[in-house]
Amino acid sequence: MKKTFAALAAATIAATAAPAMADLVVPNMSYRTGAYAANGIPYADGFNDYFTLLNERDGGIGGEKVVVPECETAYNTEKGVECYESTKGMGALVYNPLSTGITYQLIPKVSADGITLYTPGYGRTSAANGKVFEWVFNYPANYWDGASVAVKHLLDVNGGDLNGKKIALVYHNSAYGKEPIRTLTELSKKHGFTLVELPVDHPGQEQKSQWLQIRRDKPDYVLMWGWGVMNQVAIQEAVNIKFPMENFIGIWWSGSENDVGPAGDGANGYKTISFHGTGANFPINDDLKKYVLDAGKGSGAGDQVGTVLYSRGMYAAMTISEAIRKAQEIAGTSAVNAAQVREGFENLNLTEERLTELGLPDFAQPITANCADHGGPGSARIYQWDAGGKTWNAVSDWITSDADVLDPLVAEDSAAFAAEAGITERCN
Amino acid sequence: MFYREAGDFKTSYREDSQTFPIKFDRLRYYAVLAVAFGVIPLFINDYWANAVFVPFLIYSIAAIGLNILVGFAGQVSLGTGGFMAVGAYAVYKLMTAFPEVSIFFHVLIAGGITAAVGVLFGLPSLRIKGFYLAVATLAAQFFLVWLFNKVPWFYNYSASGQINAPDRTIFGVFVTGAQTSATAKYMFCLVMLTIVAVIARNLTRGTVGRKWMAIRDMDIAAEIIGVNPLSTKITAFAVSSFFIGIAGALFFAVYLGAAEVGEAFGIQKSFLILFMVIIGGLGSIFGSFAGAAFLVLLPVLLKNVLVGTLGWPTDLAAHIELMIVGGLIVIFLIAEPHGLAQLWRVAKEKLRLWPFPH
Repeated sequence: MKKTFAALAAATIAATAAPAMADLVVPNMSYRTGAYAANGIPYADGFNDYFTLLNERDGGIGGEKVVVPECETAYNTEKGVECYESTKGMGALVYNPLSTGITYQLIPKVSADGITLYTPGYGRTSAANGKVFEWVFNYPANYWDGASVAVKHLLDVNGGDLNGKKIALVYHNSAYGKEPIRTLTELSKKHGFTLVELPVDHPGQEQKSQWLQIRRDKPDYVLMWGWGVMNQVAIQEAVNIKFPMENFIGIWWSGSENDVGPAGDGANGYKTISFHGTGANFPINDDLKKYVLDAGKGSGAGDQVGTVLYSRGMYAAMTISEAIRKAQEIAGTSAVNAAQVREGFENLNLTEERLTELGLPDFAQPITANCADHGGPGSARIYQWDAGGKTWNAVSDWITSDADVLDPLVAEDSAAFAAEAGITERCN
Repeated sequence: MFYREAGDFKTSYREDSQTFPIKFDRLRYYAVLAVAFGVIPLFINDYWANAVFVPFLIYSIAAIGLNILVGFAGQVSLGTGGFMAVGAYAVYKLMTAFPEVSIFFHVLIAGGITAAVGVLFGLPSLRIKGFYLAVATLAAQFFLVWLFNKVPWFYNYSASGQINAPDRTIFGVFVTGAQTSATAKYMFCLVMLTIVAVIARNLTRGTVGRKWMAIRDMDIAAEIIGVNPLSTKITAFAVSSFFIGIAGALFFAVYLGAAEVGEAFGIQKSFLILFMVIIGGLGSIFGSFAGAAFLVLLPVLLKNVLVGTLGWPTDLAAHIELMIVGGLIVIFLIAEPHGLAQLWRVAKEKLRLWPFPH
């Protein structure tokens, strides 16, 4: 027991040493280690850099500096709990854990503690229903939107008919990877294609048997819900069995430079879905270079600027900062608290003019949130990898998901959660 | 000087064979209990409960469970993560199917279900030993994780395969779900740990424990002197799995609140708990606590020191933390192959003679 108490005593000193902060606190629950680090690093860098830019160029949001304490989760739920508890005390306004597993865990906690949880493009899909999930927002798009957009793109490619086609889903065998199955099953009934499910266990370095099955079954298309090292392995395996790359579509978490890079030229033509633009050619990049990178204040190694996941981290930071701005406008004070920030998220009205003003024209879809709608427009674009030029090129316009199929599913799943947790619907 | 047997007279067999025969040990034990039950609950907050105490208490239960199997009965097991998953999914199914029954009983029943599953996977131990048994239990680990992923009934057909602990109370106080206070979480786990530790300590001192140790030390000799290998090995698997099942149930329901089997109860959990037992000391209840403390508290402490106090980048701190913990494990095992419990034992031997060692 001696050892235990010595360790505890020392930990007390360390834990109480963290100062209370008066600024706007937006924790960055990142992962720069572990099997998912290759994807976690660019996202965390983009997230940090955007807030650094606001602090350096504008002096924060509405005159209040933004503090972004970083906490390493390693994509692990136990460390996620530790991170949540340790940053909660600093007065955190909004959480963005970048992990579906941690999101599931935090949904009841943030609802009890009254802190907003913002999960752009991941997390619990039915959180799009603001009537049930008061504290959770997942606009602009969720997994079910992604699944629907992918199928719509395939419909476009096939002249509107997928009858008799076979589509394989290669997915991370976790909450994240299982999310689209329900939607794809419904869509397969509606459009008459066959769905083959191929789970890949964490961390996903071993996929020989799955790709052997693809080689044998010869599906017309392969969709992928992968993350971390699993993406690279899958794309390499697809190249190995000479699967036509233009028939291989990854969700937005399976479409970064890190994923296609190892396969080299073989990955040329691989498609991904994305709810925002990418690249380093936006007007904001000049400011970013001037105020952050050249000033030596960039996060991490500073070599991720312009990559897909860096842009996504920036996207999340941009939406959060706009929601905080809205909250300041509603509350009439710049030092907003967590409850006021939630109001900001709920009344967010992100227009194309505003995006242009921010230096991000044509970067994303406009969002108009309200009490019931926490899910946003649900649209995304298809991008294709050009291995020669090392760029992602948009090959479609914004595709909106199939609301006829998704809305009943969202209503059903959120009703199940409401019944389980004893929640009465709001906004009526 | 203070820690000695001299002058501590026993006048009955009962007194002579009590758990802590030395007066100082006994007082220290009561002092620890008093602090744990009386002082800590007054000061505990969310961070201390969720990041430090609750995981420590739950991992201690799991380590005690595994120590019974590996340390006392000598049956190597790599299936701990899988058995914890059984406890977690059992308590989830019970909580959602019978919401009117108290969570306390659900946790105990979940332990019982895990015990049954443990016995099933313990049956091969009658034919195979050592590394071969380890591989058989490894199969249990992978089979159970696969099962809970594959069969939707276990996760009530939820879209994502996640299980979420609903709100449950004991005497009107929330112990699971988001409204649970830090004190309630801590006390519930502490009560469970105390019960488990007292049972384990007394089992290992009695007939059952002696049979386990006889089998561990030399199974053929044990059989010749009349120890039944079937019942002995099966009881070891049953008791061990019962405790591990309780740990798994608490881990899911009280600590995490939501879990997915591959991430929370994967093979790395089996190794983590096995390391706790080995570093703490095989065949020692105190060793289970020491091992759990070492592997749960040290990373949190290092993180707080490196990131919180020294202000290092989080990735650097995370890597250095792995290296420090790994290095310490190596150093400890070189300095004392029998674990932290042996260090403690040696320290006590020295204290008995101090300050006149000759």
